[in-house]
Amino acid sequence: MEDNQVREWHPFIGPFDPCPPVRVKTYVVPPNQFITFQPMNLPQFSPAEALRLGTLWPSLYSNYTSKRRGEVVTDE
Amino acid sequence: MSEVLTEDYYRKLEELQQLDFVLVELTLYLDTHPNDMQALQQFNKTAQQRQQAAYNFEMEYGPLLQYGHSYSRYPWQWSQTPWPWQV
Amino acid sequence: MWIYDKKLQYPVRVSKCDPRMAKFLMEQYGGADGELAAALRYLNQRYSIPDKVIGLLTDIGTEEFAHLEMIATMVYKLTKDATPQQLEEAGLGAHFANHDGALFYENAAGVPWTASYIAAKGDPLADLYEDIAAEEKARATYQWLIDMTDDVDLQDGLKFLREREIIHALRFREAVEIIKEKREEKTYY
Repeated sequence: MEDNQVREWHPFIGPFDPCPPVRVKTYVVPPNQFITFQPMNLPQFSPAEALRLGTLWPSLYSNYTSKRRGEVVTDE
Repeated sequence: MSEVLTEDYYRKLEELQQLDFVLVELTLYLDTHPNDMQALQQFNKTAQQRQQAAYNFEMEYGPLLQYGHSYSRYPWQWSQTPWPWQV
Repeated sequence: MWIYDKKLQYPVRVSKCDPRMAKFLMEQYGGADGELAAALRYLNQRYSIPDKVIGLLTDIGTEEFAHLEMIATMVYKLTKDATPQQLEEAGLGAHFANHDGALFYENAAGVPWTASYIAAKGDPLADLYEDIAAEEKARATYQWLIDMTDDVDLQDGLKFLREREIIHALRFREAVEIIKEKREEKTYY
């Protein structure tokens, strides 16, 4: 459904920054960034799934996982 | 009023929310794809289903739309609880 | 005119009394990239945008009011029957002193909503790119809000709203493509 929508980057780590460094930072690139104009007849979710996920079309769906409690943003 | 809301209330409400959401999605899509005949047919078909689901909900739980777009029993039902943020 | 529909767009649930999160959610109620700003931005721009995208601005603007109601519902449920002490501990003491439990169009830091949050240039491309940026900023805000709570029911509603921003951004980008077309009537798809 969603191929990998997460991008990683590795920030420069200076020697005088007291907070423990985060070595890998991430951001999300949702699927709308790769579609200029939605093609016709894309496969659809059922109405129940569509409401739950916030879109009628699987190819426009973007997963987001809370980073709270040490979770990281992932695409399953 | 604090009548107890039943499982049936939430089930019927969600069924209507599902149909209405499909219609929102198709509306925005058709705004930029006015010539997609298949999407248009799906829109009209879903609108018909929506009408039936809304009718069933309103018969049981009162009017959804104001200003004469829904009917009311006696006494005037529109102003009765619950309001959407209360359920 | 508008007709009120006496139901939410999405079944909003929260699993605990949490005025701290309610305060953060105010960013999407009365903040610069919030739902009020979004609704008013699009519904104001539509009077000067080319005819072929007025429908889209009208419909997305209207949906934003449904989202505003969802945010209000979240705040309402997260703070309902909270004591003044709980509100104060959540950083809502100043809000309580002025508004008691009432909602107010302000952002998470308590700054009141202002019309200067929304732009209207009268140029269709400038306005549509403003709208695309607003949707991406709102998507980002929803991500940070999802990061700040462990309440899965609340996360669920916020994820729905985040996905809507993605769809709206796509539709506005399609509107840009329609605006770029040379012919008045085109069979675009």
